[in-house]
Amino acid sequence: MSTTFELTIRPRKGWQPIDLKEIYLYWELLAFLVWRDVKIRYRQTLLGGAWALLQPFIAMLIFSFIFNRLAHVQSDGPPYKLFAYAGLVPWTFFSASVTQSSNSLIANHQLVSKVYFPRIFIPLGSVLALLLDLALSLCLFAVMMIYYRWPLTPAVLWLPVFLLGAILAASGTGLILSALNVSFRDVKYAVPFMVQMGLFVTPVIYPVRYVPAKWQALMGLNPMAGVVIGFRHALLGSEASWQVIAVSLCTSVILFVAGLLIFRRMEAKFADII
Amino acid sequence: MKPILEIRGLSKQYHLGARRGPKMDNLRELLQRRISAPFSALMGKDGESGRVELQSFWALKDVSFDIEQGQVLGVIGRNGAGKSTLLKILSRITSPTSGHVTVRGRLASLLEVGTGFHPELTGRENIFLNGAILGMRKAEIRRHFDEIVAFAEVERFLDTPVKHYSSGMYVRLAFAVAAHLNPEILVVDEVLAVGDLAFQKKCLGKMGEVSRGGRTVLFVSHNMAAVENLCSRGVVLHCGELEFDGGAKDAIQYYLNSLSTRSGTGHVVELDDVGERTSRLAPLLKRMEFLTGDDEPLNEGLPIGSGLKIKVHFDLPKLTSNFNVGIGFNNTYSQRIFTAASIFEPNRWETECVGPQVLSCEIPSFTLMPGEYAVKVWLDVNSSEADAIEDAVKIRVLDSDYYGTGRVPWNGTFVLKHRWRLQQSAGATPSAMVTKK
Repeated sequence: MSTTFELTIRPRKGWQPIDLKEIYLYWELLAFLVWRDVKIRYRQTLLGGAWALLQPFIAMLIFSFIFNRLAHVQSDGPPYKLFAYAGLVPWTFFSASVTQSSNSLIANHQLVSKVYFPRIFIPLGSVLALLLDLALSLCLFAVMMIYYRWPLTPAVLWLPVFLLGAILAASGTGLILSALNVSFRDVKYAVPFMVQMGLFVTPVIYPVRYVPAKWQALMGLNPMAGVVIGFRHALLGSEASWQVIAVSLCTSVILFVAGLLIFRRMEAKFADII
Repeated sequence: MKPILEIRGLSKQYHLGARRGPKMDNLRELLQRRISAPFSALMGKDGESGRVELQSFWALKDVSFDIEQGQVLGVIGRNGAGKSTLLKILSRITSPTSGHVTVRGRLASLLEVGTGFHPELTGRENIFLNGAILGMRKAEIRRHFDEIVAFAEVERFLDTPVKHYSSGMYVRLAFAVAAHLNPEILVVDEVLAVGDLAFQKKCLGKMGEVSRGGRTVLFVSHNMAAVENLCSRGVVLHCGELEFDGGAKDAIQYYLNSLSTRSGTGHVVELDDVGERTSRLAPLLKRMEFLTGDDEPLNEGLPIGSGLKIKVHFDLPKLTSNFNVGIGFNNTYSQRIFTAASIFEPNRWETECVGPQVLSCEIPSFTLMPGEYAVKVWLDVNSSEADAIEDAVKIRVLDSDYYGTGRVPWNGTFVLKHRWRLQQSAGATPSAMVTKK
């Protein structure tokens, strides 16, 4: 402990920079919050961690029945089940992250009003905790690949990039929504709709070529479009429209930075209004 | 050497009535009012529950003082005097409206016991999680782990989820973690109000140990004995302003005097002047009148067992029959001894009222033991709290010949009329009693 440590507490107004030093000082707490979320998520459930696998898997079965069997939506090459699952893995991560992180500040209101630490850890922690679920569903995906005898291509090396894209998109959205949720509880009701709409405007259950060419440019504005297309390219070797991917990844980065800034700006009043 | 804490012109403004928020919030509220207005006109009711005009109030007003390293400072004052706001600013939970604080050392705050405890996690897991939340490093927690467990006396239940803990165990564990924080400055808010007496003593002992270890402590409490015991210096806050700064004993004396002068101002208490409302509630309660059973104004204390009549004047913001006034009596340890509430009245009125009202509460025989009681008063409208004032006034109960024997009751918290009779033990013979042995 050094006595040279000095800190000045002043009124806070307006835009604030990200305090990296403080984040470094407290990073252990972020790890603890992630660990806590992982530990308690499936406590007192019968199936436990299996839920992480079941959610995208059952969605995949339902979607392949409705869209592939009944509506005759075709994949862009691989078996439809594999195709849908490759899209659902990042999508489930995104939708669960947004749902959980947007509610995270409210759910942890005693932490917000009784102790100090970088507040961004709360929504970020709930996003990072879901990475475990993502990893588990990727394992199931590997099993499906073996079952369908679908080969892995060198494109799989791209996976970390798209994974990062998914984390940035989910965190950015989560940061903005969680901060808004403190003042406007409307967010709680809006998020389920947004997530549901998102599933249909993102090429999760249909291939990009179903989208008219003139609309494809707009898809870049959807941060998850690039991630989903990218995941399919990396995992199944599907053809990728790099233009959409590039714009979409840029959107993710911008969303994340905007999320950080908006969160930092609104953070000062959390304890007073939560 | 520079002071370890320098507080300069610290002020904090809150907005009453409406929630604090960005402009958009008000815009939305405006929309909401527009939309709900036609409905409320139709139904003849105000659609919004007790909303009042946007008012601001200063929870802390231009407070400045220094704390030297190693000082143990007691912060005292009534509820709403700004103590918690001061601690929240020092702990960086909320930011001041103006002024600044310079902190020269690692500061840890303990505003609540067990913040971040998760019921589903085991005792062991919670020690680590709570420690990290309070700002301890993992290595530090590991180093103190055995001490923490021993202090909390929960060895056998370490791997049990804390939701199965008794409330005593829970509090012990939570305090144990906090007590092993090793900051240079420790900020503690009223956490000792929990737990049983033995554990409170243990906590006080631990706090004393901490302060003797040369650490700087800021301690907020209503427990004057604890403040006197632990602190060398005391500051008194009143309505957000620093009123007194000096030795702990003098500060306590000052505080107690200020309480009694405020309660001695006669039988009518203007609640607008008190203005120390627990939260951002509407100032609907106006005044309280204290009368004896014979409708005489009560200026001095109340002899034990005599009649007490309390009239509460208040405003109803809208037409309703669903309102309730409550009066609570707390002893000097802030424990609730007795609650009187108009919902307990069996012959309740059903009339709908609006505007200024008076509810009169009659207690035929006030049997709390002699001493001082803090009176809390509150108003519920449509089953939700509309206004509440902690410590609105102190009421003093005096010794009297309650039992009519010339003997003054000396123990317990209240008196009850009771009878004793000497009865001939019928049936039981002395020999039977012997064989029973």
